Amino acid sequence: MSMPDQPLLAARRISRWFGENQVLFDIDLALKPGEVHALLGENGAGKSTLVRILAGYLSPSGGEVCLADEVRHYRSSGDAEADGVVMIHQELALAEQLSVEENIFLGRELRRGPFLDRRAMRERCRAALAELETRVDPRARVKDLSTSDQQMVEIAKAITRDVRVLIMDEPTASLTEHEVEVLFALIGRLRQRGVAILYISHKLREIERIADRVTVLRDGRLIDSGPMAGRSKEELARLMVGREINDMYPERTELASDAPVVLEARDMVVPGAVKRASFSLRRGEVLGFGGVVGAGRTALIEALLGLRVRSAGEVLRNGQPVVLRHLRDAVRQRIAYLTEDRKGKGLVLNMGLRPNFTLLNLRAYCRPLIDRRREDQAFQGAIERFDIRLRTQAATAAELSGGNQQKLLLAKVMSIDPEIVIINEPTRGIDVGTKHQIYHFVRELTDAGCSVILVSSEMAELIGLSHRVAVMCAGELTGVLEGEQINEHEIMQYASGIKG
Amino acid sequence: MNSVVPDNKPAARSRVSVDLKTWGPFIALLALAVLGMLINPAFLGLDNLSNMLTRSAFIGIIAIGATFVITAGGLDLSVGSMAAFIAGVMIILMNSLVEQFGPGLTTILLGIGASLLLGLCAGFINGMVTTKGKIEAFIVTLGTMGIYRSLVTYLADGGTLSLDWGVRDIYRPVYYGSLMGIPIPVLVFLLVAVAGYILLNHTRFGRYCFAIGSNEKVAEYSAIHVDRIKTMTYMLQGVCVALATIIYVPRLGSASGATGVLWELEAIAAVIIGGTVLKGGHGRIWGTVVGAIMLTMIGNILNLTDAISNYLNGAVQGIIIIVAVYLQRASWRKSAP
Repeated sequence: MSMPDQPLLAARRISRWFGENQVLFDIDLALKPGEVHALLGENGAGKSTLVRILAGYLSPSGGEVCLADEVRHYRSSGDAEADGVVMIHQELALAEQLSVEENIFLGRELRRGPFLDRRAMRERCRAALAELETRVDPRARVKDLSTSDQQMVEIAKAITRDVRVLIMDEPTASLTEHEVEVLFALIGRLRQRGVAILYISHKLREIERIADRVTVLRDGRLIDSGPMAGRSKEELARLMVGREINDMYPERTELASDAPVVLEARDMVVPGAVKRASFSLRRGEVLGFGGVVGAGRTALIEALLGLRVRSAGEVLRNGQPVVLRHLRDAVRQRIAYLTEDRKGKGLVLNMGLRPNFTLLNLRAYCRPLIDRRREDQAFQGAIERFDIRLRTQAATAAELSGGNQQKLLLAKVMSIDPEIVIINEPTRGIDVGTKHQIYHFVRELTDAGCSVILVSSEMAELIGLSHRVAVMCAGELTGVLEGEQINEHEIMQYASGIKG
Repeated sequence: MNSVVPDNKPAARSRVSVDLKTWGPFIALLALAVLGMLINPAFLGLDNLSNMLTRSAFIGIIAIGATFVITAGGLDLSVGSMAAFIAGVMIILMNSLVEQFGPGLTTILLGIGASLLLGLCAGFINGMVTTKGKIEAFIVTLGTMGIYRSLVTYLADGGTLSLDWGVRDIYRPVYYGSLMGIPIPVLVFLLVAVAGYILLNHTRFGRYCFAIGSNEKVAEYSAIHVDRIKTMTYMLQGVCVALATIIYVPRLGSASGATGVLWELEAIAAVIIGGTVLKGGHGRIWGTVVGAIMLTMIGNILNLTDAISNYLNGAVQGIIIIVAVYLQRASWRKSAP
């Protein structure tokens, strides 16, 4: 046994190269038992690379990983897991067609003789799920679960192991507020058990609540490391970005009182998701959509755009009824949509950047064959306008960091020169610097006379940007808040169905 | 257990492997040709080469259509029986038209027109059932494969449908003739390949095929009419099958239940050897052309040597397919850090 103050898992002067690019420079990091260690940094700072090295998914180009002062050479994540070093992925890594129980014990099935011991696995699985206070059925197929339930399964999978070091990469990105509380309680119990926890998150408020120690990376270098006590959110944000950010949200402009309604949805009903909802959007306005995950916001918006089937409802554009059966119809009405699932629905990951950028508006470059030169010119313009930072333009979309992917996606949807922009969770899993850019971009849009619908689970974002906030709860639009009403307390009241 | 997976690939090294992937099929074809030459100098004879290319034209033309289907994430198993069915209908139609128009050009042109239309319709059916019915392409085309095969057997009453001798004489040059020294089938193959290349790499339709094959959801969220594009790939495949049939019919002047058996697998093999990814998202027309020629070349080389029995043709083809794909995949793996 190591002494309590000795690090359990340590990175010693770790560096990592990808081809000719060095992405990590001599990083030292020590995780102590019973401590929550937060790892901060902008997208592309090297956090994911570092934790993947610690968890055995990647090997370091230089330096070493030590477990209780012993140098370990992990050749696979399996080696690390055998040591009790377990990582919960940001991207869910579950076998969709298998049941919850089969997933949790995948690769380490309990056996009695040559046969699977289903009963024992069921029991341990139930116990783990109960600890997480989730109602997920161990026999349910993972495919049929919501994203947040899948995340809980991923966490259950980790805690059923004999875990000594738990690495969590953005675990709360798709969790509801209640689930976040449950997760934090669990983290507290694991900490008491002496588990060392490495926690990556962009949400500084979370870090402030649970971290004992914090390390900040910037551009692959260690910028700061030490106890959380005595460090403020603002200071950490400044360390991450390397400059002061005090105008996170741009100043709001007043909406002209005679601003016309550009889009209106009446009595929308989406089977199984939206019971009935109506709303309108005015020129130059930012209309926020608040609510918990699963309240029906995405379903409502996608039904409006023709991406989902609705059973009732009417859409009016500039006062005229329009039929939007396919996203192409929406594009023709100059409505752009930025999906919340940039990897699953937004970008073709194995495609190059230029074809990704032009995919939505490809006909603009056809006469009738695709004009590669014009395509490329437009792409160069977009790189500049949206500040997409690239190591090489020959990269595929998968190789970009999350923030740059989001900027590329934004460039793609803006390529149709829209009058209405609907953005869904624009800053999920994105660093402070990029967030700041996106917020100011939204402001530029409305200044130019565009209207924006902002669907977000981040309260601060809704409050900071919206002229009005529509709140949904369990498939119903419970209220539309204006002016002074737009505050955290009010939004929560409507989002939880207490009001409305 | 998960093994160590690559993160961002190093730019420099992956570029080298891309080149290997692009040129791999060509290098393999060259190697095979050198082997053929060493075995028997007659291999390089103009007659032998033109004969070989002519034979590869059927599978080649069908495989170009298959490249689109597969790139867009689909699969068409029905092409072999579709060819037999189209050949059967074409022969019956032309035989009956002889009574009205005589064994002339009109008869043949009507026969050709009908076969193109039939191919278009057959592809449309495959596409609509797959997209609107939301059934896997494998299952749908397995079904239509059986349907067309049994239809042609039924039309031929279990025997053989033979083309009218008068028509045959006039139609003959479409397979046996040549223009500027190039056999007509090779010319058609070349034209289809060039058109296919432009369509896949320089038009919206082609770009959409890549996007759909890579990720249908992303395509949908990029305002692409996914079902329409996918159906169009099957229709294109149908037209390619019809074109192949049009140059095949004058070769033997007959069709039966045994016509075009296993062509679907040969076409898929040609596509795969050429470097198109079976699960979609990545396709290459020139690769397919090379793949089709390679498959014919293997048989041809075996004909010219006594070292390996001609009966082992299928075995050698099988080995080549597996080795070709292994080499392509291996070059990926090497590029990982």
